[in-house]
This record gives sequence, C-alpha cells and structure tokens, in this order.
Amino acid sequence: MAQEDEQAPAAPAPVLEVAGVTKSFAGVHALRDVDFALRPGEVHALVGENGAGKSTLIKVMTGVHRPDSGAVRFEGTAREFRNPLEAQAAGISTIYQEVNLVPLMSVARNLFLGREPRRFGLIDQRRMNREASAALGRYGVHVDVTRPLRTLGLGAQQMVALARAVQVDARVVVMDEPTSSLEPREVETLFSVIRGLRERGIAVVYVSHRLDELYAICDRVTVLRDGQHVHTGRMADLQRLQLISMMLGREMAAVRSGGTTAFDSARHERAGTEPVLRAKGLSVRHRVHDVSVDVRPGEVVGLGGLLGAGRSETAKAVVGALATDAGTVEVDGTPMKRRSPAAAIRAGVVMLPEDRKAEGIIPNLSVRENISLAALPRLSRAGIVSRAKQDEVVRFFMDRLRIKASSPDQKVSDLSGGNQQKVLLARWLCLSPKALLLDEPTRGIDVGAKAEVQALIDELAADGLGVLLISSDLEELIEGSDRVVVLKDGRVVGHLTGDEVGEEQLLSALAAADPQADTSADTDADTDADTGVDAGAAAPGTPPTTKESRR
Amino acid sequence: MSAETLQTPVFDRDRALRLLQEYGVYAALIVLAIVAVGLDGHFLSADNLRVQLFQVSPTLLVALGMALVIGTEGIDLSVGAVIALSASILPLYLGYGLPVALPVALLLGAASGAAGGAMVALTRVQPIVATLSLMIGVRGLAEIVNGNSAKPVNQAGALDLGTGALAGVPYMAWIAAAAAVLTALLVRRTTFGRQLVAVGDNRTAAGLSGLPVRRVLITVYVISGVLAALAGVMIVGHGAEADPANQGINMELNAITAVVVGGTPLSGGRVRVLGTVAGALFMQLITAVLTQHNVPNSYTQIVEAVIICFAVYASQERGTR
Repeated sequence: MAQEDEQAPAAPAPVLEVAGVTKSFAGVHALRDVDFALRPGEVHALVGENGAGKSTLIKVMTGVHRPDSGAVRFEGTAREFRNPLEAQAAGISTIYQEVNLVPLMSVARNLFLGREPRRFGLIDQRRMNREASAALGRYGVHVDVTRPLRTLGLGAQQMVALARAVQVDARVVVMDEPTSSLEPREVETLFSVIRGLRERGIAVVYVSHRLDELYAICDRVTVLRDGQHVHTGRMADLQRLQLISMMLGREMAAVRSGGTTAFDSARHERAGTEPVLRAKGLSVRHRVHDVSVDVRPGEVVGLGGLLGAGRSETAKAVVGALATDAGTVEVDGTPMKRRSPAAAIRAGVVMLPEDRKAEGIIPNLSVRENISLAALPRLSRAGIVSRAKQDEVVRFFMDRLRIKASSPDQKVSDLSGGNQQKVLLARWLCLSPKALLLDEPTRGIDVGAKAEVQALIDELAADGLGVLLISSDLEELIEGSDRVVVLKDGRVVGHLTGDEVGEEQLLSALAAADPQADTSADTDADTDADTGVDAGAAAPGTPPTTKESRR
Repeated sequence: MSAETLQTPVFDRDRALRLLQEYGVYAALIVLAIVAVGLDGHFLSADNLRVQLFQVSPTLLVALGMALVIGTEGIDLSVGAVIALSASILPLYLGYGLPVALPVALLLGAASGAAGGAMVALTRVQPIVATLSLMIGVRGLAEIVNGNSAKPVNQAGALDLGTGALAGVPYMAWIAAAAAVLTALLVRRTTFGRQLVAVGDNRTAAGLSGLPVRRVLITVYVISGVLAALAGVMIVGHGAEADPANQGINMELNAITAVVVGGTPLSGGRVRVLGTVAGALFMQLITAVLTQHNVPNSYTQIVEAVIICFAVYASQERGTR
C-alpha cells in the first residue's frame, strides 16, 4: 500500500508509526489497513475529504480510539495508549480545531493545568506566571498571563494551546485544522512556531483542507480516501491537481460518463426560462463572499468545491438559516424581504440539510410526524391536525419514495440512514416547493437508497422543480448537474456549463491558485467540520471511488 | 449508527426498563392504592378521597403546564411565585366577584409566563435561569401587592371554587381533570402540540423546518403561567385566605416531581400527560399514606427523594438512546 516515492537511505527512523491499522464503527470501516509513518522534525500533512479517515487516524494515534487490528509504534516500540492522557505523557500532543482549554481560568493556569508548580503544596502563582510569560514570549504572544483565557483573541488562544502541547515535552504534535479560526496574521505566527518545532526535531502532523497552507508549511503529505491510504510523498513533488484528484479519487485521464450514478444522462430542458431562484451577492462573514447563484425551473445546478469551500453556508444563507451580511434572494422574481427558513418555505424554497441527525430528523417522533412536520399548518384546520389529510400525504410520499418502515408510527430514529433521508425529502416535497436545495443528499446512505435518491432528483427536475445540488461525490455532482458553480474559500471561482460540465474541468477549477493571491489569504471558519465524524460520514458501503466506472 | 444497534435484539434489562418507563408509574400507583387500602380500610372512604383530591388538584394543574414546558427541554421554576401573585391580587378584585377577579389573576399569570417565555425564546437565556429570576422577582412583587400579611377571604365564589363539589367530586378536581384532557388533546391532536414536541426534541431541525420556534416557546410558558395562576385561585379559595408569603412555596418542585415520576424525560421531545396525572396522584398518595400512618415528615421526604431519583434514572436511560 505504501508507495514511498523517496527511498532515501538517510531517512531517519520514524518517531511515530502506524502499521496496518483497521478501525470500524458499527460495521462501517473508518480505516482499512492504513500505514502512516512520521519522521522526527518533519511537518507531515494529512489530507482527505470528509469521511476519508483523518480524524479516526489521529484518534488512533493519540489514544482516543484503539485499532481493531494493526499496531501503533512510538519511538520504535509498539504502544497501546489507553487514553489521550497516556499518549500525552508519552510525548504525543494534540491541538484540536476548537481550542480545548478552560476559558475562565487565567492564561497561566491554562498553560500549567494539571502540572502547576507547587510550593508548600499550594500553587506557586508567581513562578507559574513568570514561566508562563516566558514560554508564551517564545511564541510571539506577549499578554498579561493573569487575564482569563477567553479575553484573548482566538489566535492567541490557539498559541496557548500550542505552547501547552509542546511544553509537555512533546515529540509529536498533532494539529487538527489549527487555522480554521485564525486571522491571516495569526496563521503566519503559527507557521513560524511550527518551523521552530521542526528545528527542534519535533514532528508535526498537520491536518488542513487549505491547500495553500499545506504547500506553505508541510514537508511530506499522506493522502487518505475512504479510510484507505492512497499516497505518501514529498509535498513539493505533488502537484495541486494530482493532490486533488487523489483526494477525490479521480484520475485526470478522460473520464467516461454514464458511470455508477442513477442519473439520466440527458440534460434537462431549461432554455430561455427565468430563474425560479436567484441569489445575488450573498455574503456571510468569514465564510461566503459575494456568491451569486441562479436556478431555473427544471434545472439541476451543482455547487462544487472542496471541504470548507462554503457550499453548505451558501445554501443556508439562501434559505435564511444563516444570517447574511449582504446579498438578496429572489424567488420567481420577487425579492424575499424577511429572511428565515419559515419565510423561505412560504416562498417555496426548501433545503435538505447536510447533517441529517443534528439538523434534520426529530428523533423521537414517528415517520408520519416527521414527514408532516413542516406541512402541519396546511394539514390543519383551526390548529387541529386533520388525520385524514395527514395520512393521505404520508401514504402518498411513503409510496412514492419507497420509504421502508414497519408503519408510519415507527420512530424515525429506528430507520436506516437512507430511509431517514427519504423521510426528510418527503417532509419537503409535501410542501410542493419551487426550488429544492440538497446538501449532500446521498451521504451516508446505502447504494440502493443512493440510486433511488439520484433518480428522484432527476424526476423532480423533469417535473419543473429547480434543484441546487451540493455533493462531495464528484461523480454525482457532475452527472447530476446541468451546470456547476465552483466555490473555493467562499468565493465563486468558476462556472461550468454545457459540455464543460466534466470532472477534468471541475478539478482544474478547484486546483486553480487562489484568486486572492497570498498564501494564507483567507481564513474562513470551516463549518464542514469533520471533527470525529469520519465514521458516521464514511458512506456505509458506498465509497465514492469509482474504479469500477472507469473500467 | 443507532439504527444498527436498535435492530439487534434488545437486552432483557433494556426491555424491562422500557416497560418500566412506559407503564411503571401506573403499576406503582395501583400497587400503592392497594397497599393503602390494605393498611387502612378507611382509606377508600369518600371523605378521605375528597381530601386527597382537594390537595392534589392544584399540583396537577401546575404539573400539566410544567409537562409542556419540560417537553420543550425547558423548566419553569416561577410557578410557585405565580401562585403567590395570584393570591396577592385576588383580595383586591374579589370585591367585584370571582368573574372579574379570576380573569385578572389568569392574565397576570399569562403575563409572567410571557416574560419567562420571552427570555427563553428571544434572548436564549437558559430556562432554569430565566424562570429562577422570574420566581424571585414575582414573589417579591406578590408580597409588595399584598403588603406582607395573610388576608382572610370570604367571598362566596372563591370559597365555593375551593371547597365546593359536584356529584361528590370537588370542583377543583373536575377542573384539573378537564385541564388534563385538554392538555392531552393539545399534545396529541394539534399543530401546536406537534410543534412543541419537535422543538423540544431537535430545536435546530425544527427551526430549519420552518416551525415558529419562538412563538411555540413563549406560548408554552404562558400556558404554564395561566395554569399556575388558576391553581393559585384554588388554593386561596380552599384555604379561605390569601397568603402570598407562604402559598405556592415549593410548588415548582412538586410539579416537576409529578412530571418526572410520570415518565416525561427532562431532555424534552416527549410529553406524557396521563403519566403526569398518575405521577401527581402517586406522589399525593404516598405522602398521604406515610403521614396517615404517623411516619415523621422527615422520613416522608426521604422516601420521596428516593422515588424521584429512581424516576429520573428510569427516564434518563431513554434519553441516552
């Protein structure tokens, strides 16, 4: 599996090594026979899309998860860390996306939490503060260390976390999306600190989806996809395009169309019609910048982009689930005055959210109640739900979407992921919307349900619905969409129309250097966060790789 | 992932626990009633039953409102204070008759509930904090209005409401029963009931589905406030005095206990109206039995504490699923 491209004899022995590790959650493989080796004094990028297994791999290395099989070797000896504390004591420190400290305690207390210097059994405040100041000074952070941590900027807090991590005599520092909440200037400071670590022989695992940062700071890179190791090599030897195609599992060679998705290859008729949905100049602070999207009736418009490109945020901004700083949304030419999901629904625009569990289903309610939830006012008279009307609608959509449940009374959380997704689709379709925004409609559902959902999208568009499709499954996006709007760092960086809608074109649009020039231009907060949800996000049985389709 | 775990056969312990959660409170109520009668045949006498109903009715009313609030993943600590407010305002208006005084009291209850609901829904203050501050403030207000001394009440309407009976059953009990039926219908049959449960179960999803989350939250607290005010009128009528400094003390805790013992999870997303009725009756009965057999009050409290712990434990297991 390991395709070490540089067999330099001088390569030092790895400080941390993961060999043949497999880990699954509830029968879903999060990691399959993964190898990973980290050398002292290197900054090693760990990249992959959602569900690739990055988070799981980190958690295996840091003692959060124990592998089902395979070994973790630290400084040459096989180790089995039972918890993160053991790994930390051994010299593996982790800095998580969200700063993981106590906001109300002083900076110094945070820095020394759990190993405060003592005097007569009590905390030696003065010594602690002095040492904290000195330690932070080395990272370019000059603050009053007696201030509560939360009064610091996020960047400074991140530095405190870093200082704390390194102070524990770390040999390995794992950074999971360390820049997601940092300003460009703070990113620079972080980078210089990382360079300092490198000089001291400390190995850094750097997880980020920001390609510019990877190329700026990392020496080597390991690519994961669908829980499997894809590539390890020198960062500089890997071109952006190659990296992206590895992450997405696509080759640059001409890709045959008509692969494994259930989409009809024919494009939908849409000539000349006015857009049903027109979003103009949408901006959401730090996340979306001046994004405009049109959707015409009967058309499927894809939103392309990598993790953190602002796709979900754009969809949420359109339906008013995310407050916008600027921009307008028109439905059938009428601008929406009030911006809220309820107002969007009234106007006929609905969104299937990305996170089915957190934002979609009402777990304790039945299938019937979940389907009818949004349509309740239409199914009621004087506030009393009409059972007859409700049952009629529920029966119709359970049939049409082939929802498999023992009865409409079954609790929705007892259904499979695919059926839950269909229930949510039914919730929206029974409102007879004009425009449907689908955020990862097939993520985490089984092959059969996936094909059914894809066929449904086609059908709905054929019926004249305008569809905005977000999908990290490249094939689904390309084959399902009539047009694709490509986003990167919250900005539109490309439009693919007609024959341009192809993987090659999309990949090149994604790989194009940042229009905003300098390396760390944009530090958009990332809400496509993949903290620890790799297991759930890894589509059971439906890896978006399409080796079969290429034949 | 939870789908997989649920498809595998459930442990016996799990099954037993689920049965306990669903029917435990009813079974316990029946067993307790049998024991009570066994210990003392007089327990079934009409007089004694009437006494029990007089005592439980205000608690049940308040508990019904509390069950709705808890269904939204909230809690309303202000109900005891609203009872006091109700008690303080009654002497001022009873002179015009109950048909005037009652609506005034209910209106004040609604206003207090609206204030609490607004804090929860609009500023997203945690319900426990919002209603705690309300509890303190409203009781203070009640004492100001009343002037800090108990006032005798002898207006016929109020006394009748508090002590009268129809077909041998106190008016108060009829009212509480009607409120229970209405609440059950509200939860099961109306748009509002469905929305309430959805908001409690998954507020984010409810909002994204276009539900009027804020309106639902405010309304729930208003209902709780009105029911508490009504309970206050009953308590005043029953005791023939208005004593805001003492009436309604600990009522919020008794109501929460009834709801929890009745099997409504504190984590929201589910409202068990019949369970709440059973819970209120059970707590009333256990206290009555213990007191009637001369168990010291302190021991009674300890028994109650054990029951609460057990009920919370049982209902929590469901929440973690």
